[in-house]
Amino acid sequence: MERMVQIYSCLVSLLQKCIFRIVSVGPIPNHVAFIMDGNRRYSKRLNSMEGSVHKAGFSVLKSMLKYCYEFGVRYVTVYAFSIDNFKRNPQEVESLMDLMVEKIEGVLREESNFNRYGIRIMFSGNLELLSQPVRLAAERAMLATANNSRAIFSVCVAYSSTDEILRAVRKSCEEKWDEITAFSLGGSEQDEMDHRIKLADIEKHMYMAAAPDPDIIIRSSGETRLSNFLLWQSTNCYLYSPSALWPEIGFRHFLWGILNFQRIHFYLDKKRKQL
Amino acid sequence: MDFARPKRMLYFWIDKIGNVLFRLSWHLVHAIIYLCYFTMAMLHGLESHLISRGLLRKYKYLHISKINYLAIVIESEEACRTSNVIQLLLWVATLGINHICLYDNEGILKKSKDVILDKFDGAILFQDTHENNMLLDQPCMTLEFVSFSDGKEAVARAANVLLMKYIKSRAAGSNQGEQIFSESEMSEALKTVGSGGPEPDLLLIYGPARCHLGFPAWRIRYTEIQHMGPLKSLKYGSLIKALYRYTTNLQIWYGNKQVKCSAVLPWKTVNLGKSNRTPSIHGDS
Repeated sequence: MERMVQIYSCLVSLLQKCIFRIVSVGPIPNHVAFIMDGNRRYSKRLNSMEGSVHKAGFSVLKSMLKYCYEFGVRYVTVYAFSIDNFKRNPQEVESLMDLMVEKIEGVLREESNFNRYGIRIMFSGNLELLSQPVRLAAERAMLATANNSRAIFSVCVAYSSTDEILRAVRKSCEEKWDEITAFSLGGSEQDEMDHRIKLADIEKHMYMAAAPDPDIIIRSSGETRLSNFLLWQSTNCYLYSPSALWPEIGFRHFLWGILNFQRIHFYLDKKRKQL
Repeated sequence: MDFARPKRMLYFWIDKIGNVLFRLSWHLVHAIIYLCYFTMAMLHGLESHLISRGLLRKYKYLHISKINYLAIVIESEEACRTSNVIQLLLWVATLGINHICLYDNEGILKKSKDVILDKFDGAILFQDTHENNMLLDQPCMTLEFVSFSDGKEAVARAANVLLMKYIKSRAAGSNQGEQIFSESEMSEALKTVGSGGPEPDLLLIYGPARCHLGFPAWRIRYTEIQHMGPLKSLKYGSLIKALYRYTTNLQIWYGNKQVKCSAVLPWKTVNLGKSNRTPSIHGDS
């Protein structure tokens, strides 16, 4: 029986490698983003505790990261916790924060794995809103993997696009104020034009400035809205919404997303170059 | 005997043949996917026809007042198909949706706005309404024409409005950053620069891909996004199906209450009736 299971696992692994090889003939997205939606609905369906479902959701996330790595996707971003999520049941919020700390500590213990695969971890969002243990753990994880460059894994926590845009505008204004006071403007029109905020000023202050715009955003559970995630960056991004809830997401959903991306890649690339 | 060279040649040819086989397999996979989508398009076409004829019972009633503001994104290469755009607007207006935003990346629709407005008696430009808050009270049709310059570039212009306020507050010796850099101030600044439209409830994309093509980011936080296919394949039944899907999505209405912020109104229901003759443009070439 054990032998049969081993043979089966080998065959599945070989089949997956074959599929990776075939699909990799076509264009592969450089940046994939995930909205991990459907955990609570899944827990209601199974009548189980939300905490255990979030753990199941985390193992699905690990699988997705593995597939992305195998395909050579360089940037992966996940929407782990929205600013709006702070309004949820305090017990659920606390359990999510505890899970986050637990997983970050796990990453720090397995630091050599992340360094071996060259994966850099970044936490994007208004980290000031997080409790100190979570914030410190996040900062330690970012520091431990700062030198890696093979792939970048961004975790959006305490994040929303509107907050990101506001923060970028604020940073730009503060920068312009510093420029104005440093050069002590005489008030000429040319000086005023030189110190106006341009689009590039705002973009460089975005939380997600370190990564290129996503090529595909995958939102599980079939919902078709972006829920304040990467609104600025998703101009020419393929939005894919498989109907499976996040804990049910598997390789076939991911593969279907990649294949659909390949179908429209030429069109999206053309739109991107027009900008 | 030296087997190294033949071995290298063998691996070389295995690799070459392998690459060719993988490439052929990739093309085969995509050919199969193309056939699947082609078949699905045929089936959707048939379903759309049945919906248009009123033969599918579940699409007969639409709770249209759930859609206060509808946005339509059109791929710029198709935006010059003015008659298709007018046809679509006519269908939407007939169904009772009066407040519509039209977007295309390059601003082609903005250039055609006079032609479009001419086709609808009493329709006014959104920019001509005095206050956004009065929008829902407007009995007539309002049309908003938006392009890429109303998205990211408008945020940059709005940032300069906030910059002026920030400079004034710092020059006066106070730092009112928290008040100045708030969502409400940003929304006001966007209105000041002429890009302050409301958040659409639903965004329909007419184009080759499900991609919003730069619709103003500030306005689509919780907007449902549905892909309708190319504009040239416009179908009344597909429109009905998309609206029906939106108005019956329980997750929007009951699953995540913080997402939906429109008032609960007595639902105005459109009865599409048995003999559902698709509205069309009259006197148009």
